[in-house]
Amino acid sequence: MKKLRKETKNNLITYGIVILTYIIVQILVATGNMSSLMQGLLVPFCTYVIVAISLNLTVGVLGELSLGHAGFMCVGAFSSALFSLAVKDSFTVAPLRFLCAILIGALSAALIGFLVGIPVLRLRGDYLAIVTLAFGEIIKNIINAIYLGIDGNGIHISLKDAMSLGLSEDGRMLIKGAQGITGTPHDSNFTIGVVLVLVTLFIVLNFMDSRSGRAVMSIRDNRIAAESVGIDVTRYKLIAFTISAALAGVAGVLYAHNLSTLNAQPKNFGYNMSILILVFVVLGGIGSMRGSMIAAVLLTLLPEVLRFMADYRMLIYAIVLIVMMLFNWSPDAINMRKRLMAKIFPKKSQKEEA
Amino acid sequence: MSFLSYLANGISLGSVYALIALGYSMVYGIAKMLNFAHGDVIMIGGYVVFVGVSNMGVHPLLAILISMVVCTILGVTIERVAYKPLRGASPLAVLITAIGVSYLLQNIALLIFGSDTKAFTNVVTLPNLSLFDGKLVISSVTIVTIVVSIVIMIGLTLFVNKTKAGRAMTAVSEDKGAAQLMGINVNGTIALTFAIGSSLAAVAGVLLCSAYPSLTPYTGSMPGIKAFVAAVFGGIGSIPGAFIGGILLGVIENLSKAYISSQLSDAIVFSVLIIVLLVKPTGILGKNIQEKV
Repeated sequence: MKKLRKETKNNLITYGIVILTYIIVQILVATGNMSSLMQGLLVPFCTYVIVAISLNLTVGVLGELSLGHAGFMCVGAFSSALFSLAVKDSFTVAPLRFLCAILIGALSAALIGFLVGIPVLRLRGDYLAIVTLAFGEIIKNIINAIYLGIDGNGIHISLKDAMSLGLSEDGRMLIKGAQGITGTPHDSNFTIGVVLVLVTLFIVLNFMDSRSGRAVMSIRDNRIAAESVGIDVTRYKLIAFTISAALAGVAGVLYAHNLSTLNAQPKNFGYNMSILILVFVVLGGIGSMRGSMIAAVLLTLLPEVLRFMADYRMLIYAIVLIVMMLFNWSPDAINMRKRLMAKIFPKKSQKEEA
Repeated sequence: MSFLSYLANGISLGSVYALIALGYSMVYGIAKMLNFAHGDVIMIGGYVVFVGVSNMGVHPLLAILISMVVCTILGVTIERVAYKPLRGASPLAVLITAIGVSYLLQNIALLIFGSDTKAFTNVVTLPNLSLFDGKLVISSVTIVTIVVSIVIMIGLTLFVNKTKAGRAMTAVSEDKGAAQLMGINVNGTIALTFAIGSSLAAVAGVLLCSAYPSLTPYTGSMPGIKAFVAAVFGGIGSIPGAFIGGILLGVIENLSKAYISSQLSDAIVFSVLIIVLLVKPTGILGKNIQEKV
């Protein structure tokens, strides 16, 4: 057998972890060892894993801080839910309909990502972060104000209220402003979620290993040097950002088709959500897809595991978050860990130093 | 006339944003970190005054002083416990820690005060200003807010430019290493910045709650984000910039609420920010830093 490259091996381990987790979960469900609460969390896990990987593409590979990823998720969720709801009665093959919904969600999120990316990627650092945050809030705000209905005369859109649509008697309201979309078919399930996670991983890991991916990483490491060897900085940044937005859109599709009511609240599509996704990425390790996956699952699980503490659970969550960050990143803690490792494994650390 | 009253309300809201933005901006300038917990310090400041005035019957002015002291201690403690150990670590790590602190403060408030909305008693008991034979009434809260913000802004500018401690703050924000070599106590200066920022947050909290008298554990987070936007708007790190950014943001928000759409006002505020940043990427009064290879 041909010896595998280190990267390939590493990637295979990542895929393996996902598949293994899937098998274990399926066994747990089949033997009845999983509570219905946990089963209800399975699709959200996949959603958060996908969006964490997608943000890691922006933060870890492209090296830019985006605080608006929930906005792209929102676009994916609403465009696909709108499609599914509109064709619910005429298009009854659920898997095929969901596939179309995913494509629509991904494409519309990619389009918005591209349009947002053109101006945003000119900025740098914290300014870029604040503008992505602003875009995320604008998207959420506009979606909250949209009323959309359909009747014999075609599609009606209004930003004011339901009355101004002027729908005829046989018309149907699809988006009801702040109440959002109700009655989206429940097309997603855990298996589809895991398949989507694998596809996302495949896209991102292969992108990182491709010519464009290397160009993007060279921009992250030294923009001026990359520019001087002829890399089109804007183009490659846009490519990475658009892919990242599209994947966040896919996560949105999964999210939308797991709920019967979809509305854009600060909690699910606001900057709070964007920040939560960023927490997954930073805690899991910037640039490490596997880390993002694990952090997304653990941090989604933590509040549920702490449920027995009732009112104290979010408090504990916050403390755990702070302590983990201090332990992982503080220069003192890193030195202490190194010294500790040197004491326990004296040989290994000596080798590392040499 | 209604335009003038919308404008006055906008300036008043903007002054609150400006006070919060000053805290954001000073901390950013000196510690190069986005202190996401700043908005929640405002909320704590509001609760302290609420408890003092409504539950204990303390005189409002005394309650505000107590609130400033509590917030100052809180700000310095947060800096010492959560941010100082991360000095020298990646800015992203500090950002996430700040988010953790923000969650922590919100949940402490949730545990102590519950999630129900508290009706904040207005601490400003002066008569309202009536102009043009009562056609235009500007509430006393509005006037007090504007006056207090202007006084604080001038005071802060004088402090930073004229006193030794203020000059030390400028020096540390320019170059930490060089400042240390000049004998400036860098850690002390950073702690002082947090102290000033947090006490301003307490004042902002009181003014915000007097103008919009409802207090929940999440009261601070949206004004916090808006103030951050204001700080970026005016050029982050600059005191007059934060002030101008805050006022502009408040005015745009109130006018678009009144004349365009109340649902889309946030979208309009953020769109203006984006346009400003695209034309002038470092904000209105921000300094352009030349990039070197």
